[in-house]
Amino acid sequence: MTVSSQQSEVRSLKYIFWRRFKKNRLAVFGGVIVFILFTVAILAPFIAPHGPDVIDVKHVLEPPSLQHPFGTDDLGRDILSRVIYGSRISLAVGFVAVGIATIAGIIFGALSGYYGRWTDTVIMRFVDIMLAIPTFFLILAVIAMLEPGIWNIMIVIGLTSWMGVARLVRAEFLSLKEREFVLAARALGASDFRIIFRHILPNAMSPVLVSAVLGIAGAVLVESALSFLGIGVQPPTASWGNILTIGKDNIEIAWWISVFPGIAIFITVLAYNLLGEGIRDSIDPRLKI
Amino acid sequence: MITYLLKRLLEMIPTLFGITIISFFIIQLAPGKPTDVLADLNPKMTPEARERLTKYYNLDKPIHVQYLMWLKRVAKLDFGDSFSTDRRPVWTKIKERLSITILINSLALVLIFAIAIPIGVSSAVHQYSLYDKITTMLVFIGFAIPTFWLALLLMILFGVNLHWLPVSGLKSLGYENLSIMGKIWDSVSHLILPVTLEAFGGLAGISRYMRSNMLEVIRQDYITTARAKGLSERKVIYKHALRNALLPVITLLGLSIPGLIGGSVIFENIFGIPGMGQLFYQSVMMRDYPVIMGILTIGAILTLLGNMLADIGYALTDPRIRAR
Repeated sequence: MTVSSQQSEVRSLKYIFWRRFKKNRLAVFGGVIVFILFTVAILAPFIAPHGPDVIDVKHVLEPPSLQHPFGTDDLGRDILSRVIYGSRISLAVGFVAVGIATIAGIIFGALSGYYGRWTDTVIMRFVDIMLAIPTFFLILAVIAMLEPGIWNIMIVIGLTSWMGVARLVRAEFLSLKEREFVLAARALGASDFRIIFRHILPNAMSPVLVSAVLGIAGAVLVESALSFLGIGVQPPTASWGNILTIGKDNIEIAWWISVFPGIAIFITVLAYNLLGEGIRDSIDPRLKI
Repeated sequence: MITYLLKRLLEMIPTLFGITIISFFIIQLAPGKPTDVLADLNPKMTPEARERLTKYYNLDKPIHVQYLMWLKRVAKLDFGDSFSTDRRPVWTKIKERLSITILINSLALVLIFAIAIPIGVSSAVHQYSLYDKITTMLVFIGFAIPTFWLALLLMILFGVNLHWLPVSGLKSLGYENLSIMGKIWDSVSHLILPVTLEAFGGLAGISRYMRSNMLEVIRQDYITTARAKGLSERKVIYKHALRNALLPVITLLGLSIPGLIGGSVIFENIFGIPGMGQLFYQSVMMRDYPVIMGILTIGAILTLLGNMLADIGYALTDPRIRAR
C-alpha cells in the first residue's frame, strides 16, 4: 500500500517536471537541436556528401556551390563534410570534460560540505586558488606542455572547471546534512560513505545536472578556442576550431571558411544553454546557477 | 576600515603562495623540457651541451628545490631571465607588454558596465515587455557566440570589405608621418575592434545578472514603501532600487578579471597586439618556464587585487560587511 503511493508520488514529480518543461518552447527547441546534433554526429559518414579529409587540388578555395554547399578550403576539402565530422569532436569533448568536472566537483564538494571543519577549509581554499588563476592561461600552459590532442584537452578542460560544481554540491550538503533523514540514516548505523552517496547526494543532484548541461556549452567553446589557437585538436582531424584557423589565414579571400563552422559552434552552445536553463526552470525556478 | 583592509591583504598571501606552488608544479611535471625546444631550434646541439644547459638552468635539481630557488628570487622582485634566445630579464619582458593589455582590459571593463547596467535595469523595470524579451534573447545569443569567431566576422566586415578599420597591430605603417590628430585616430582605430570584442564576452552575463538583481530588489518591501509615500517612479527606481541592486555587481567586477586576462591570449593573437597574452602564448610554445611563471604570478596578483578592490568597494557601500 505505502509502496504504491510512494511510486505515484515519484511519477507525479516527473510529471510536473515534464509539464513545465514542455510549456517552455525555447527549452524544447534546445532539446530538439541537441538531439539533431547527436544524430548528425553518429550518422556523420552517411550524411557527409564528401570525405572530410579528401584533398582536391582542382577545387581549392571555391565559394559555396551546389556541389560544395559550404565551399572548400585551401586544400579543396569540402567544408560541409568537415563541419559535420567536427560535431563528433565537440560532442565528445563536451561530454567527457563535463563528466570529469562533475565527478571531481561532486567528490570535493561532498567531502567539504559533509565533513566541514579543516577538510572544508582546505578544499575551499584550494577552490579559491584555482579560481584566481586565469583558467585559460592554465589550460594553455598545461595543454601546450602535453602533446596537444583530443584526450588531453578533455582531461585538462575537465580538471580546470570543477570548482563551480564543488561549490554547488557543498552548499547543498551543508543544508541537507542537518535534515532528519540523514539523522535517521546515521541512527541506523549507515557509514559516512553510504550517507553521502545514497542519502544526501541524490537529493543534491538537480543543480548539478543543470550546471553540467550548461557546462557542456562552456567546454565546447573552450575546445573550439584551443583548436583555433592551434593547440587543440590537430589537423587533419576536423574540428570547428581548426577549420576557423584556416578561415583566419584566408580571411581576405574566402569568407565561407570563417562563417560556417562558427555558426555550428553558435547553434550548439545556444542549444545546450537553452536546454540547461529550461531544465533549471522546470525543476525549480528559484535555483541560482 | 583599515583593519578590514589589512585583514584582506593578509588573506591574499596564502592564496598567492598556493597559486605559485600549483602553477610551478604543473608546469614542471609536464613532459617536454625547455632544452628539447632549444635542441629542436639548433640541431647541431650535442648531448653534452644539452647537459650543460640543463645544469645552467638548474633543471637537474628536484622540483621543490627549484621552487624554493624561484621563490627566493621572486621575493627580491626578480623573476629570472627568459630561456629564449634573447635571455632578457622576465620582468622587463612583461613590463613592456603589461600596459597595453591592462589598457585594453580596463577599457573593455568600462564598456561592459556602461552598457550592461542600463540594459539590465531597464529590462527588469519593464519585465515581460517586448524590450525585455528582445534583450533576453540577445543575451542568449551573446552567451553562445564564440568571441573569436565574432572577431573574424568583424574583421571580414570592417577590415576586408569596408576598409574602415585596421585588422592587425597597434599602429599603421606610416604612423610616424601622421599629424597629431592622425596619430590619435590611428591608435584609436586600432583599438576599436579588440576592445569591443573583449567587452562583448562579458556583456551578456553582467546584464543578465543586473536584471535578476534589480528584479529581486523591486519586490522588496522598502520599494513598496517608497512608492506608497508618493515618490516619483523615477526616484524609486534610480535612487532606492538601483543603488541596492548595484551592490552585488561590484563583486562581479573582481570575478570577471581572470576571464578578461584569459581572453587577451585569443584577441592579442587574432589582432597581432604585442601584449601579455601574446607573450604568454609564445612562451608556452617555447616552454620558457621563467616567463610562464612570471605571467601566471602577475595574472594571479591582478586577479586578487581586483577581488580585493571589489570587496573594498562593497565594504564602502555596505556598512554591514565591515562589521563582520
